[in-house]
Amino acid sequence: MKIMTCPINGPRPVSEFFYWGEMRPMPDPDTCSDDAWADYVFNRNGAPGVKKEWWCHTASNTWFVAVRDTEKDQVLRTYLYGEQP
Amino acid sequence: MPWRLLRFATAKQHPEPRMFTAHAELKKSYDVVIIGGGGHGLSAAYYLGRDHGITNVAVLEKGYIGGGNTGRNTTIIRSNYLTPEGVKFYDESVRLWQDLSTEFDLNLFYANRGHFTLAHTDSALRTMRWRAEVNKHYGVDSEVVGPDFVKQAAPMIDLSCGGHAPILGALYHAPGSVARHDAVAWGYGKGADLRGAEIHQQTEVLGIVVKGGKVCGVQTSRGFIETNKVLCAVAGFTPRILEMVDIKTPLYIHPLQAMVSEPIKPWLDPILVSGSLHIYISQSARGELVMGASLDPYEVQSTRSTLDFVEGLSAHMLDMFPFLSHVKVMRQWAGMADMTPDFAPIMGKTPVEGFYLDAGWGTWGFKATPVCGKTMAHTVATDTPHPLIHGFSLDRFRNYALTGEKGAASVGH
Repeated sequence: MKIMTCPINGPRPVSEFFYWGEMRPMPDPDTCSDDAWADYVFNRNGAPGVKKEWWCHTASNTWFVAVRDTEKDQVLRTYLYGEQP
Repeated sequence: MPWRLLRFATAKQHPEPRMFTAHAELKKSYDVVIIGGGGHGLSAAYYLGRDHGITNVAVLEKGYIGGGNTGRNTTIIRSNYLTPEGVKFYDESVRLWQDLSTEFDLNLFYANRGHFTLAHTDSALRTMRWRAEVNKHYGVDSEVVGPDFVKQAAPMIDLSCGGHAPILGALYHAPGSVARHDAVAWGYGKGADLRGAEIHQQTEVLGIVVKGGKVCGVQTSRGFIETNKVLCAVAGFTPRILEMVDIKTPLYIHPLQAMVSEPIKPWLDPILVSGSLHIYISQSARGELVMGASLDPYEVQSTRSTLDFVEGLSAHMLDMFPFLSHVKVMRQWAGMADMTPDFAPIMGKTPVEGFYLDAGWGTWGFKATPVCGKTMAHTVATDTPHPLIHGFSLDRFRNYALTGEKGAASVGH
């Protein structure tokens, strides 16, 4: 069983977690162009790499950030949003 | 008599020739370079030669042919999709499939079994009625049937599914079939090779040279090739190739896993799919149960498989077929599914002139192999998208005009 570390609840089985995709800066919808907005809404970086992702520990509804190697499927670290750079 | 057999061993004309010509060197230039020697790439090479007379073609394959998702799917062929674009496209594919064994002179073990998509809830049944009406409108054999009909086709089924997910009905698609997936790649490869296309295995693409918005060459692990046309048909590797030409797409990669049981006596004729229980199952000609579930829940760009998958799928299998409790699982594996947000593929031209894309094949690529090759060959040869792929262009995302293919396999709806 794969284990993930929740910043609040510690190591838990990965089945307790929910994945919500890569962290991406949102452009200002009032000022950005239609193309820039479409790029934000649809386009993704599907290539492998070390990515910062949103995850949620569903049992406690804890949202946090995981730094994960998406090719090796290794979680490098997890932290609460705003706590680490 | 051993002496009589010796006659065949020494005969020159009897041995079956090798399926492909091995080419020691890459040529300096090709009219078309196809990246990816899976079913889609080889099928495109085949139709480029057969229908368009373009034979100066190289198919570049990093590993071995058919070793990617062509050899990792659960071999199901059907056309009972939901959108008009999808139904027309996959229906043409089914028609092509039915003639392939004859065309290749190679037995693909194409077996027409009938395909059931089971409904366990009222809302699932409602979607199936919708799908059946769209299918019938386009002349596809598809109808909603009751639980008794399902029981008759698969007598071993527990219609109550352990009591917690009773089967209320199903969408029945009589043309649903299975085929031997490796043979499809071999058949297309052999046909393309006979017409002059070169298949280069163990040849990795390292870069694509674009000048002034046009493709002008491909850098490979075995040297540089000049070409003005590149077709990318690499499924889960697509984002890595797209980085070389700086094209952004909505593609994201999740593994899709599958497994087979030990071979057992034939007992299951049709193909059964349950969206609610995350099951699809058919029995192969060898007697193995070929089983799949749904996509892995998060992004991974590798073909690792997990115990969680086997546990989850086995539990659901036992809900539906309790008598399987003593059957052993033989193998499991995974493929990298290149998913799109609307579950429709991305096919056709791209912002880079001469760079054509056949991607977004997620969990629905195998059944489309023939029609993809045919329509992409047309698109590459004429530099105009084939009419059947108009709904699948990359532009649709920029224009907020998604296709919404909710009939796709192994995704939640």
